Amino acid sequence: MADDNIVLEAKNITKQFPGVLANDHVNFDLRKGEIHALLGENGAGKTTLMNILYGLHKPDSGEVFVNGKSIVIHSPKDSIQAGIGMVHQHFMLIPVFSVAENVMLGDETTHLGMLDIRAVSQRLQELSKQYGLEVDPSAVVGQLSVGAQQRVEIVKTLYRNASILILDEPTAVLTPQETDDLFRIMRQLTGRGVSIIFITHKLKEVLAVADRITTMRAGKVVGTVQPKETNEAKLASMMVGREVILTVQKEAAHPKEEVLRVEDLHVLDDRDLEVVNGVSFEVHAGEILGIAGVQGNGQTQLAEALTGLRPTKKGKVIIAGKDLSGKPPRPIIETGLAHIPEDRQRHGLVLSYTVADNMVLCNYYLPPFARWGVIQQEKVDENARKLIKDYDVRTPSPYVPTSKLSGGNQQKVIVARELSRDVKLVIASQPTRGLDVGSIEYIHKEIVIMRDRGVGVLLISAELDEIMSLSDRIAVMYRGQIVVVVDARQADREQLGLWMAGAHVEAV
Amino acid sequence: MQRPDEQGFFKNLQRWLEPLLVPVLAILTAVILGGIIVKVVNGDPIAAYRGLIQGAFGSPRALSETAVWATPYIFAGLAVAFAFKGGLFNIGAEGQIALGAVFAALIGYALPGWLHTSLPAYIHIPLAVGMGMLAGAIWGGIPGALKAYTGGHEVINTIMMNYIALNLTSFLLNGPMRDPDPTDLSARTPEIAPSARIPPLFNIPGMRVHWGFVLALVVAVIIWWLLWKTTLGFEIRTVGANPDAAKYAGINVKRTIIITMAISGALAGLAGAIEVTALNYRHELGFSTGYGFDAIAIALLGKTNPYGVILAALLFGAMRNGATRMQFLTQIPTDIISVIQALILLFVAADAIIRFIYRIRAHEERVVLTRGWGG
Amino acid sequence: MNGRRFAIIVFIIAIMFGTVVLVGISKNTPLVIITSMIATTIAVATPLTLGALCGLYCERAGVVNIGIEGTMLGAAFFGWLASIYMNTIFHFPAMPSLIVGVMAAVLTGGLFALLHAVLSITFKVDQIIGGTVINILASGITGFLNRQMFFGAGSVFHGNIPDSPGVLPTIRIPLLADIPVIGRVFIQQPIAWSAIALVIITQIVIFHTRWGLRTRAVGEHPRAADTVGINVIRMRYFNVIIGGLLAGLAGAYFTLESISSFQPDMTNGRGFIALAAMIFGNWTPFGAWSAALVFGAAQALQINLQFFRTLIPPQLAVLQNSYVVGLAPYLLTMVILTGLIGKTIPPAADGKPYEK
Repeated sequence: MADDNIVLEAKNITKQFPGVLANDHVNFDLRKGEIHALLGENGAGKTTLMNILYGLHKPDSGEVFVNGKSIVIHSPKDSIQAGIGMVHQHFMLIPVFSVAENVMLGDETTHLGMLDIRAVSQRLQELSKQYGLEVDPSAVVGQLSVGAQQRVEIVKTLYRNASILILDEPTAVLTPQETDDLFRIMRQLTGRGVSIIFITHKLKEVLAVADRITTMRAGKVVGTVQPKETNEAKLASMMVGREVILTVQKEAAHPKEEVLRVEDLHVLDDRDLEVVNGVSFEVHAGEILGIAGVQGNGQTQLAEALTGLRPTKKGKVIIAGKDLSGKPPRPIIETGLAHIPEDRQRHGLVLSYTVADNMVLCNYYLPPFARWGVIQQEKVDENARKLIKDYDVRTPSPYVPTSKLSGGNQQKVIVARELSRDVKLVIASQPTRGLDVGSIEYIHKEIVIMRDRGVGVLLISAELDEIMSLSDRIAVMYRGQIVVVVDARQADREQLGLWMAGAHVEAV
Repeated sequence: MQRPDEQGFFKNLQRWLEPLLVPVLAILTAVILGGIIVKVVNGDPIAAYRGLIQGAFGSPRALSETAVWATPYIFAGLAVAFAFKGGLFNIGAEGQIALGAVFAALIGYALPGWLHTSLPAYIHIPLAVGMGMLAGAIWGGIPGALKAYTGGHEVINTIMMNYIALNLTSFLLNGPMRDPDPTDLSARTPEIAPSARIPPLFNIPGMRVHWGFVLALVVAVIIWWLLWKTTLGFEIRTVGANPDAAKYAGINVKRTIIITMAISGALAGLAGAIEVTALNYRHELGFSTGYGFDAIAIALLGKTNPYGVILAALLFGAMRNGATRMQFLTQIPTDIISVIQALILLFVAADAIIRFIYRIRAHEERVVLTRGWGG
Repeated sequence: MNGRRFAIIVFIIAIMFGTVVLVGISKNTPLVIITSMIATTIAVATPLTLGALCGLYCERAGVVNIGIEGTMLGAAFFGWLASIYMNTIFHFPAMPSLIVGVMAAVLTGGLFALLHAVLSITFKVDQIIGGTVINILASGITGFLNRQMFFGAGSVFHGNIPDSPGVLPTIRIPLLADIPVIGRVFIQQPIAWSAIALVIITQIVIFHTRWGLRTRAVGEHPRAADTVGINVIRMRYFNVIIGGLLAGLAGAYFTLESISSFQPDMTNGRGFIALAAMIFGNWTPFGAWSAALVFGAAQALQINLQFFRTLIPPQLAVLQNSYVVGLAPYLLTMVILTGLIGKTIPPAADGKPYEK
């Protein structure tokens, strides 16, 4: 069926990675001027498909057509040539380069062998006027906000005359308002004949912006629907393959004594900029305090300072009545902290270690795991067998390297280790980032169980939905400060979004 | 169909042999290439290798000499391997060996004079050897502390410490510690007192293998136990595998780095101290030259495993020992051994090359040995 | 290069120059001494400058190369060997022999770099281990061949070290070299002049050309470079090899410009000091050059103190000891690496193999 309107078509794409069939005979097409959403869980194969279209991976079999012609894509060069542009989930920008340098990279304008920055800047300003995308050619990318960096990425594709745009999870790092902004830009682009593939796992967004929605699950296309003929629940079950409970079920909280008190905390980042300036709050036993905020507003450094991974410049951290300001991790852990770190592979695990060793990472030196400085291996193994069973960690044995486990099971190793200890406070940073729905549900359940057992929980997440469904109280962090703390039952999504974007807080 | 237990036996055998496969093929390839080089420069490779093997294993005395050569290699190889386990690259074994030797010699020849009394061997030997270890520990600990507190990379700093050690020992051996005997023309210390000497294993003239060799084997076992069975070993390995996770787990990363480098330096210092107390009975300038690089090759060939280090050290000892006979028989300079050793190191480090040549699939995880300037 | 670091460099050099002036004042005027110090500094900084530029090309592209030491050593040997072969076996006159020698050295540098590239880029060997392999290999091969070629069985030279064709002649900068006293600074040998020219060329290449932009991109964020169609592997290969050619030229300095003989392990840690200079210079050509000059000054200090040895006052007797003065460059390197005088930031992807 020849359709003149189809600008891009992928037919029967199959791609095998060691251990996973990432794409299994996938068919996908894109019409001129439409926004076609590609929906699926983490690991469903969306990004693999797009990387194939963009020339970063080679398919094992299948064909790609652009404007009706079959093309072979060996590298991004070929796809750029074919008019395909991609904005990656993790931006492909060089932080130390200027906007102009980033945009011209790979397609440089030179004058007598020297880079012609001025010509590029001029062209950029024209593009930015034409499409209503505000960018400053001379700004250094690393100093721009996330939203601005995303605009640079889009301009980068337009600079290369892209008429097909792939946006991979573009809203993951944006505030609700920035997201609306992006949707406005996307419509403006389609109005000028650009066709957009919009990859996401957020149901609300596809319904809001897409013309068509294709859902993928476990490497296969499940189906393509129109937004009018579907709803969130239907999409969710298409995506996951079963009924999904979209909300977390929990009773009302019964907060007790204070387990964490933070007073006027100031923290520097790696570049010595003060990214947490004057934060104060407290967490009570038996409640979940959620910290909402767009990524990069100091939450990472706040969590690191509270857990002893980063020195504090000023201020107090009191855990369970003990002043632990500026102390290293060990005394904080020993006071009763469980920490589910933001970057699980960097901080939470030693990937080359066995599951058993990772499960004693924080208490290997304490009895019964060690006596007189000698490790008691049989106790370590016993502990691992018990935790694997209790926390349903899917691993062939306690002795495989943790790197062999899936992301969800790696996170379960951390959750098991941290929550099985006798703790008073849990600090969970982005605990479900990048996980599949099953693991997300499981971890949410465990966090609520901890709360009900009388442990205080500090939840830091960039996912507003997660914060809203788990928290008892919500604090909003913006530019290193807690701008407001509200009761979760009275929280309003729109209002939280505005605060996250820096709107002035009226009396609450 | 194989019976399950039979399969199990072969599987076990395979599991034991698997780690040996690449090193053995690396050695083989290097030996072949070394032979080609000898051929290219007009030598006779077959005669050369025959001489080499004869010199290394041809007689009880040759075996004894191989063990004598292997002794410092085991200590120094352990030193480098130990640091690797902690994610640190100790290129400074050469300087640490030199300092260990100088200070062991100092205690060996001067202590009785300072105390105006002779000492029993069971006190004098441990003091001399201990002083050598201490000197090595300090020499290794300084780059460790610099790494921990300033981030100065240990690769460059340990090399700088080598040159500083060279200047320092040159200064000492040409000045304050020089043998006062006017007939002694070379820069070396006086002989150590008999009470500081570690005895040979056998009381047979010409058999120089000494108790230091046995000590080296014992130390290898201790290091294995320390790394794999103790909490300190867990900490060192964790810092080596993932320093961020180590910090998260409450391990004092800075302290662990310093301890790792100090122990590594102490092992290298021990190599020098044993050479002085058990073999040469004095320290002579330039004796440790090249040991640092050999130690790296041994540690990598032994896959940073203490038992692997013993095997690799025996091989290198045999080659060094046999080379003298080879040179005598064929006039091919002993330096060819350095070339072969470098080639072995090349193929062990780039095991992908060996796997590519011999079409072997990789089973093992890639191990992180070092970190760039950033980390 | 920021002002503070520049001030520190000037300060350190001033101390070293001042020491020599104080010691030698009874024999020469300060101007003569300082001129001689500057001239020596520029000359002996040559291999450090070139080595640092080698490191710069490699690391700007994301490849750590600690094999510079071995690359220089290998180049020094094979360059020297080539010049001797041309001179004594093929009876070329001195000058063409030396030029062939320099070309051979540069080529050797390129070959060693190619090996490093194969190891670290294609086979993804740990880059620091790869560099160590190069160092050990170079030390072994040069040591073996040096002995085998001249003394071993079947040696072409039958145990005699042949006459070498000497060293490269000096080049005078017209007019400037004729200035009384300080004109001496403008009389240097060709490799020294090339090093300075290459600093300027590298500055332009790295920061103002397409090649440089792509090189830096590959060293900062190779994946980003890949997504805009830049061949990361190819960029890394070429930059490592360019670096190797420069290290080869540095090697030629040792046996064809400084002195006309080869000694085993004669590079004496200069390759590592060059790396320290590059780090202190914050991965910029001019920064690396000024740091190389600091190390050069330390060496010039040693040379000049040796020269004025008898004039050293007894209360400074420690300066008479060459072992003590000889520590200066090594201690300086360690102090600089502490980062206490200004932290520097390496390219973000430095030392990391690119996994597609």
